[in-house]
Amino acid sequence: MALPTANAATPLRLISIGGALTELVYALDAQRSLVGVDSTSLYPAAAQALPIVGYARTLAAEGLLSLNPSLIVATEDAGPPAVLRQLDAAGVPLQVLAAEHRFEGLIDRTRKLGALLGRAAPAHALAVRLTADWQASLDTVQRLSAGRPAPRVLFILAHGMNQMRIAGQGTAADAMVAYAGGRNALRHVAGYKPLTPEAVIAAAPDVILATEQGLQAAGGVDGLLKLPGLAQTPAGRARRVIAPEAMALLGFGPRLPQAMSALAHGLFAA
Amino acid sequence: MNSTAQRLLPLMALGLLLALAVQLGAVSIQAVDWLRPPWGDEAATGSSYVLWQLRLPRLLLAASVGAALGLAGALSQALFRNPMADPGLLGVTSGAAAAVALTLTVFASAQFALPPAWRIWLLPAVGFVGALGVCFALNRLARWLAPGSIAALLLSGLAIQALTFAVVGLCSYLANDEQLRAISFWTLGSLAGANWTMAVVMGVVLAAMAALGLRLAPRLNALALGEAAAAHVGVDVQRLRGLAIAAVALLSALAVAWCGSIGFIGLMAPHLARQLVGADQRDVLPSSMLAGALLLVLADTLARTLAVPAEIPVGIFSALIGAPWFLFLLRGALRRMGTV
Repeated sequence: MALPTANAATPLRLISIGGALTELVYALDAQRSLVGVDSTSLYPAAAQALPIVGYARTLAAEGLLSLNPSLIVATEDAGPPAVLRQLDAAGVPLQVLAAEHRFEGLIDRTRKLGALLGRAAPAHALAVRLTADWQASLDTVQRLSAGRPAPRVLFILAHGMNQMRIAGQGTAADAMVAYAGGRNALRHVAGYKPLTPEAVIAAAPDVILATEQGLQAAGGVDGLLKLPGLAQTPAGRARRVIAPEAMALLGFGPRLPQAMSALAHGLFAA
Repeated sequence: MNSTAQRLLPLMALGLLLALAVQLGAVSIQAVDWLRPPWGDEAATGSSYVLWQLRLPRLLLAASVGAALGLAGALSQALFRNPMADPGLLGVTSGAAAAVALTLTVFASAQFALPPAWRIWLLPAVGFVGALGVCFALNRLARWLAPGSIAALLLSGLAIQALTFAVVGLCSYLANDEQLRAISFWTLGSLAGANWTMAVVMGVVLAAMAALGLRLAPRLNALALGEAAAAHVGVDVQRLRGLAIAAVALLSALAVAWCGSIGFIGLMAPHLARQLVGADQRDVLPSSMLAGALLLVLADTLARTLAVPAEIPVGIFSALIGAPWFLFLLRGALRRMGTV
């Protein structure tokens, strides 16, 4: 598939599928090209005023085509595959930009998106700024963690009182905790697993990490600590719960350096 | 109502609904788009593409899958002599779900062995094989437990369903975040992936099974009196059971393979049909097909038009429209029977 190039004669009509990608579009000051976003594009708030094409995994070809897009950018969980094929057949270029849980992945994505949108220079400037901020965040982590043991962190993904899952290895939360100088309290588990009291007690976390949205769903810190097992952990006894905004923490978007140093400050606060 | 009108009215309703539904959608269709079928060279883009390659195959698939589910439901209820029966009791849906869940998680890397162009056929193929496999395994099991007993078939079906749900549960536990969401969206069902191949295959199988169903109808009428009574009037119950199971399995396996699990239509369409035409299977089978087609086309049209440009899972609407309608009819039927 040939890469489309933006030019003045035919203004780009862009649909962004994935909250972190939408953030990047705004960071590149290319939001005028946006004609639609997916339902995870909650930040910045202005994005939600655009037509919302639904959840990334349940896209509908006709809905997307009705916005007459000239380019669709998506994270790799866009689907279903049959709909992506329909879009391809309709001649709409779809670019999947991988979301690895690494800082280098963010820089890579920034440059690729810049090239696709015809904004290579702003993308370069953004990449330089992100790299400098990232270095500063890494220095912060170095400074805060010097001579101190890495805190054991348990990430809880809450969708409501009865749907709690904890993050093992290979998750976005695991990567963020490692960057911020902590270590995942769940060491021998991969992916998200249902929260059980024994697993929580065995993990013995010093800090509980959740998301702002998740903490709300769980009924605040008090609600979260009522979950069986949590109150018995070191984190529960000290009431150490950190809850940053979900997309900043897990999206690996342009707010990554700030989110990471904020997390480090939280982890080493005591 | 005389019987000609009884037969024509639902057909006209379906025609009207299809004509209306083809006009509705996120992209507006012009009359000229009808004149530019996809085999022209410049037709590949714009609203004529939407009409010919997205909307028409999807509508026809919705109608044929709805009809297939209705027919499969009517055959199941006749076979089990139980108005609560649906194709799910033969393990078709849960078999497909288990096979799909296994493919999405435990054998997730297997899809990369396939050329990219074939990958979108992986889940339909796996779902189809899983549905047929579990259905025939169930049939063999029931025959081994108690040869010829339809009650044994029903009870083994419940056990097999529990078993396949355990497989889906295990896969959900092993799944990572994306796999988990893929499984849960598959179980919601969707017609978004429709294309002409699917619509044509579904239509051909539907026509063949409808012909078979109509040939079985007099024998199913006899079966309504009980297995022993049917055997007395010369019905080979074993053979009838085998043919009916094969038809139900093929119809619902194909439906579930193309669209994921779409509940409720198989259960409800035969009830609607019996309200309209009485208990004679020669009328119930075709009317169930019509009712199923009507219901699914209506549900899918709402699913793809209400939240434009997004889409709502179709299973939500089939139950949302179906359940109140069903209860309303049930009330009338129970009153007439004087049981309340």
